[in-house]
Amino acid sequence: MEIRIDNLTKKFGDVVGVENLTLHIDDGEFVAFLGPSGCGKTTTLLTLAGIYKPTDGLIRFGDRVVNTVQPKDRNIGMVFQSYALYPHMTIFQNIAYPLKLKKVPKNEQNEQVRRVANVMGIGDLLDRRPGQLSGGQQQRVALGRALVKEPDVLLFDEPLSNLDARLRLTMRGEIKHLQKNLGITSIYVTHDQVEAMTMADRIAVMNLGHLQAFDAPDELYDRPKTRFVAGFVGNPPMNFLDVEVSRLNGQFLAEADAIRLPLGAERGEPPAGHPGAVVMGIRPEDIQIADDGDVRGEIFVVEPLGREDLIDVRIGSNSFILLADTEKQYRAGQPVALKFDMSQAQFFDPQTERSLLWRQ
Amino acid sequence: MAPAGVLVIIFFLIPVAIVLYLSVTNLASSNFTSDLAKMEYVGLKNYETLLNDQFARKIFFNTIFYVLVTLSIFNVSLALIVSLLTTHIDRSAGFVFRALWILPRITSPVVYILIWKRMMAEAPFGILNQFNEFLGQPTFNYVSTNPWVFVVVVNGFIGVSFGMIIFTSAIESIPKDLLNASLVDGSSRMQRIRYVILPLIRWPLLFVVTYQTLSLLTSFVEIQLLTDGGPGLYRTEVWSLTAYHRALSNYFGNAQWGYGSAFAVLLVMIGVVLAVIYMRVFRFDELVAEPRVEAL
Repeated sequence: MEIRIDNLTKKFGDVVGVENLTLHIDDGEFVAFLGPSGCGKTTTLLTLAGIYKPTDGLIRFGDRVVNTVQPKDRNIGMVFQSYALYPHMTIFQNIAYPLKLKKVPKNEQNEQVRRVANVMGIGDLLDRRPGQLSGGQQQRVALGRALVKEPDVLLFDEPLSNLDARLRLTMRGEIKHLQKNLGITSIYVTHDQVEAMTMADRIAVMNLGHLQAFDAPDELYDRPKTRFVAGFVGNPPMNFLDVEVSRLNGQFLAEADAIRLPLGAERGEPPAGHPGAVVMGIRPEDIQIADDGDVRGEIFVVEPLGREDLIDVRIGSNSFILLADTEKQYRAGQPVALKFDMSQAQFFDPQTERSLLWRQ
Repeated sequence: MAPAGVLVIIFFLIPVAIVLYLSVTNLASSNFTSDLAKMEYVGLKNYETLLNDQFARKIFFNTIFYVLVTLSIFNVSLALIVSLLTTHIDRSAGFVFRALWILPRITSPVVYILIWKRMMAEAPFGILNQFNEFLGQPTFNYVSTNPWVFVVVVNGFIGVSFGMIIFTSAIESIPKDLLNASLVDGSSRMQRIRYVILPLIRWPLLFVVTYQTLSLLTSFVEIQLLTDGGPGLYRTEVWSLTAYHRALSNYFGNAQWGYGSAFAVLLVMIGVVLAVIYMRVFRFDELVAEPRVEAL
């Protein structure tokens, strides 16, 4: 089912939940809504579910405008962070509930519930109650309940946030696999950018009720169109510093205090044309500790992550987060030289926070 | 448990024991003594008298009628309807509506009954009858022609607010996700009430039914003020009112504490039996089942 959201606005009194959102989702696509809490992603999801009525704008499922359509008439399945299983019903009754409401005959209900339960690996739990299940099992039941009525659209509201880290990894893979197999258009709300990056075909990054970007994960990562997107997508996050970019003998130079970094024309030209200071962004993996580095600084703190060390290097008043091999055994206080891969540098207008390299 | 235990002993068990003891004596105004040892033991004579009392049967059925009708129409059903309605409309409007409906409960019973009496009084005093006269309609003697209607309605209006508060808070404490899930799963709002909300407030429902049955069984102040068991002979007299009348407010000042206590003891027994039955019917033990958590 294709979903087209046009100029959607939802207000609660004077409080804006989401404003002027336009988003077209293709049939069978897996889209993640990514953003910090209060960014409007859940509001948008509940508006799509029909729990909230849009204040303004249009929502279309296929060719049908669904603005005022009741949730029950939208044929959607939804998975909640809290699982939202009915505590007074058995697992069987929970999964059968959407079928019962559709007045599916009893024996057919029985058959479909068992089929879905077996797919989800909870076939032996059907006579239990939700309170007797672990979090992971409950989430499978919730997923089964959403799938049993063969919905046109699947909505996920932070479904993995209440699970422990290992289980989250497993479920992440399972949900992605299931979605690809069934080809159901899915919208997945999360504040975890790793979840969004790994699962979604496209990510809608939201902040303060506004859509910041809507693109494929690697596109968001490599060509962030706003500073917010650049800082939110990627872990550890991108480093930012204020620089002046100038042209010198056909060369470009980014300067801040003691830092002087030569730039190629491709990345250097647009910020050089911008009057005054600009914000430069550089990802941790694009900075190396090297003896022949361009800039000298001092290690402030080392955080071992196991596979690598997360190192905070201070250069004057600027701080850079970067990743280094654990074998090198860097220690706090050690003087180091840094090498910047400036072909990956990003530049943003400090006022509008828009990218100077990638136009929207 | 200790402080609660002490309170229960002082304010329930000891009074019950005293009443139980009084019910096997013939203590009355004529042979009054405050010395428990000097009271005259008469065995079960009071209970025999009670069973042979020509009006006890009528009063008994009056009580059942009063409790059942008030409980089912007002204290439970209307309370449930009011709380469902006020939780499905705008929050603040619902709050105002419920706040207004608390008024009968927080008004002194004397004032509350006076208001009703002023409204229902016979021509030319009653407000309703003044309207009737103004509109050229015949006037009615409302309370004396339909005493039961007024006894039930007047008590019911107070009774609703208790269930209303309990049910509303129970409904509002159902997680929002659960309510949203039901709509997304395909229920209408009515189906959501039937399949999700009502089952989830079963325990408060049990509590209100139990508590209000017992509360109605023992309530008599409003009836006493409205009809005093009349009009006529025991038309709206209920069991607890009889206990009061016999023990404390008999004609010619002849208070029969012993005999009144027998009524009171039977009332306590009925209440205990009902409470146990309710617990069984609502399968209270099942609501607190042990979880069997298993790792995935």
